Amino acid sequence: MHDMTMAQQAALLASGELTSADLVEHYLARIEQHDARLNAYLAVDAEGARLAAAEADKRLQRGEAGPLTGIPIAHKDIFCTTDMATTCGSRMLENYVSPYAATVVDKLQAAGMVTLGKANMDEFAMGSSNENSYFGAVANPWQENRVPGGSSGGSAAIVAARLASAATGTDTGGSIRQPAAFCGITGIKPTYGRVSRYGMVAFASSLDQGGPLAQTAEDCALMLQAMAGHDVRDSTSSVLKVPDFSESLNENLAGLRIGIPDEYFAQGLDSDVGDCVNEALSVLESAGAILKRISLPNQNLCIPAYYIIAPAEASSNLSRFDGVRFGHRCENPQDIDDLYTRSRGEGFGPEVKRRILIGAYALSAGYYDAYYKKAQQVRQLVSDDFTSAFAEVDVIAGPTTPTTAFERGAKSDDPVAMYLNDLFTVSANLSGLPAISAPCGFADGLPVGLQLSASVNQEARLLNVVHRYQGLTDWHRRMPDAVA
Amino acid sequence: MTWETVIGLEIHAQLATRSKIFSASSTAFGAEPNTQASAVDLGLPGVLPVVNRDVVRMAVRFALATDASITRRSVFARKNYFYPDLPKGYQISQMAFPIVGPGRISLTLPDGEEKIIGLTRAHLEEDAGKSVHDLFDGYTGIDLNRAGTPLLEIVSEPDMRSAAEAVAYARYMHSLVRYIDICDGNMQEGSFRCDANVSIRQSGSNTLGTRTEIKNLNSFRFLERAIEFEIERQIDIVESGATVVQETRLYDADRDETRSMRSKEEANDYRYFPDPDLPPLVIDDDFIDAVRSTMPELPAARRARFVEQLALPPADAQALCADRQTADYFEAVFENHSFAPRLAANWVLGELFARMNKENIPLAASPVSSAQLGRLIERVDDGTLSGKLGKQVFDALWSGEQDVDAIIDSRGLKQISDTGAIDTMIDAVMADNPTQVAEYRAGKEKLLSFFVGAVMKASRGKANPAQLNQLLRERLKG
Repeated sequence: MHDMTMAQQAALLASGELTSADLVEHYLARIEQHDARLNAYLAVDAEGARLAAAEADKRLQRGEAGPLTGIPIAHKDIFCTTDMATTCGSRMLENYVSPYAATVVDKLQAAGMVTLGKANMDEFAMGSSNENSYFGAVANPWQENRVPGGSSGGSAAIVAARLASAATGTDTGGSIRQPAAFCGITGIKPTYGRVSRYGMVAFASSLDQGGPLAQTAEDCALMLQAMAGHDVRDSTSSVLKVPDFSESLNENLAGLRIGIPDEYFAQGLDSDVGDCVNEALSVLESAGAILKRISLPNQNLCIPAYYIIAPAEASSNLSRFDGVRFGHRCENPQDIDDLYTRSRGEGFGPEVKRRILIGAYALSAGYYDAYYKKAQQVRQLVSDDFTSAFAEVDVIAGPTTPTTAFERGAKSDDPVAMYLNDLFTVSANLSGLPAISAPCGFADGLPVGLQLSASVNQEARLLNVVHRYQGLTDWHRRMPDAVA
Repeated sequence: MTWETVIGLEIHAQLATRSKIFSASSTAFGAEPNTQASAVDLGLPGVLPVVNRDVVRMAVRFALATDASITRRSVFARKNYFYPDLPKGYQISQMAFPIVGPGRISLTLPDGEEKIIGLTRAHLEEDAGKSVHDLFDGYTGIDLNRAGTPLLEIVSEPDMRSAAEAVAYARYMHSLVRYIDICDGNMQEGSFRCDANVSIRQSGSNTLGTRTEIKNLNSFRFLERAIEFEIERQIDIVESGATVVQETRLYDADRDETRSMRSKEEANDYRYFPDPDLPPLVIDDDFIDAVRSTMPELPAARRARFVEQLALPPADAQALCADRQTADYFEAVFENHSFAPRLAANWVLGELFARMNKENIPLAASPVSSAQLGRLIERVDDGTLSGKLGKQVFDALWSGEQDVDAIIDSRGLKQISDTGAIDTMIDAVMADNPTQVAEYRAGKEKLLSFFVGAVMKASRGKANPAQLNQLLRERLKG
């Protein structure tokens, strides 16, 4: 039953041909069978999942179920949960149990979803390979010596290996889309503000956005529907009405204007990846879309600007981890400075420390204007590029990543090479736009991701385009042999 | 050489909201440690701040009361530093775009002179928690009840020239924030705290000297003493040929001195940047108009009205407008009565204040209501009571009796204004004192007061004094 999409499972749950209890047992068995190799789960709550499944089955029997009732999922371990630890992949929060649940967790629970466990991730969502988890790297289910991408690497690996029907993730610079691309699944980063950030441990507040990772656009639409909406506890959450994402999935693509930025097909793009993406664009063209070359002239400034703004915000957001109230505290602190220094020194891993240092430096007196302020100006330029582009096209298409999944350890010693993984993804975060990644082929047995972005609040359009594309292709139906 | 002192004040006024600036926790003082600290106040992973609208309303009230500009798009910023009672490792404050821009107030100095003091800005921020150093051996306790309490930091221009002016300014602000209901002004509980920036320069110079900032000034007396100490200290330094170091100093009330806390070099780099969790705070005309419609008449306007329309002496108007409760009480006393407001002022500032001071009772707890005092003054004004009898009635009210007319009736305090009755008493007194009558008629007119006293005594104080005087003069003429 793991070869079904979430929507297919939901139909069987609704008709009574399948129970949530069956699904949960099935996935628990698969986790048992495969996760020792993959290390995608940081925690599995079998007992809690069984109880929730029983509850969901009752709702289904009473006819009180929604489209997600009884579907087993995993939460990225950045979402606060009250029944399992929320570690953010960090020693700092090892064993930390939140006294409250994230809005996203509450909403999906209210929709009847069953939480199997918490997904591994790069520490505090900082990374593009999931190698920065204190609890160990995650294997890419397609080739287990390869990385699954990051930071939502655990979530992507779980969905790709069919160890849950879907998973939540967060995307600050590509952390949903890049692992979705590396693992051959579909993941959408919604418009900034679409999904509440309350209870989602902050990395870079102005860029962070939660979203679903699933097999298909249809599944993402179902899940995003339940995740989205205004939250009075998040001042940056959008007050706009959430459209019905499923309703528009089948709209015709005839006349759809797709912008192809020259900058996305320039140096740094692996030719195999480029070929897959071009092939996908041809499919869309044959479905009636009009392809149009466009330019995003400030694209080359995205990575430098992002790697100032994100660390700057992170350096401040992570100050609360001081060993005083929660989280890791060093043994026998001598005084308050010793408490801070050793608690943070021991609790944070090297990438987190690197970004705290970069961020604190960028914000410090005398450097603020040259770095943080300048980066914010660049951010505006990047946004303006998109505004101009979307005056002419409906969506912008390109590769999600320059390459396919790389081998574990290949970029561990070269932070800048690692950061360049985010080359095509960070612009959507800097501009607050929605963007989606969907599988569009394979290069040397590894999945390739097609990225589509649209102007703000146009998630429905992205889901529609990908859904139609997935009706014409079957890349999203492929499953890694090792977990088939 | 003569020195001029330059002083600017930073006042932290705790805004009198029921809940905190960014969370729904109570701001009530004195609860058990850490019982009024929610997930947001504790800075738990994943929490987010949401601005309390009442805080914005109060800042706008302050701007309207100080002739200050209101920033239509103010920005919250993070002030980053590590301290155990600062849960998030940053304080949410405002830096480049404070909610209240430049303003001004007119200060009446002790010598009666008016002086304009400029306000640089006022911004919103959250308070930190409290570190308790003396409760656990070898450990510091952290109480986060206060964390997230809303503060309005009011920054003045360096316009004050003496400790006395600084105190007058601080008192003005203390009175104003209570007047417009944005702060309870309780200095013991830390609701109103002052920091003073002090420097000296040669008289006539236009450049500012190096300043020191004195913290921890939680009473007007300490504010005055600390500034005076600091002026002397700086003059001594400069006159000995050394230079003043820019630093933060702490006032030690026990030793009556300031001492160095940290120098400029040791100061934190706070790495301010706009808080990405909070969108810019946008204030529109409708919001301002709504706030304006709830503003009380401000002390200065009220003082002027008392002088111009109610014909009060300026000193009385000043005293009555010192706080809003007193002024409201005063106006309620003569409301619905026809006597001159001036009489109400005399009674409030005289009898009422004397009793309140003597028994150390605030106006709010006065046993005599404004309605009772109004009725009492009416009875004096219409001749039912003499001023002296009025005081007896006041005493009765103060001891808890309620009805002015019932007090007059039951005690027979009604003034005797019947000329026949007074004449009869005069007859008796003149008959008893023939010698004095003769002396008076021989020209010793100061004996009049002897006769007034004697008749008044015979009437047991109830004779109408004006009538008595007139009748006595006539009768004694012979």
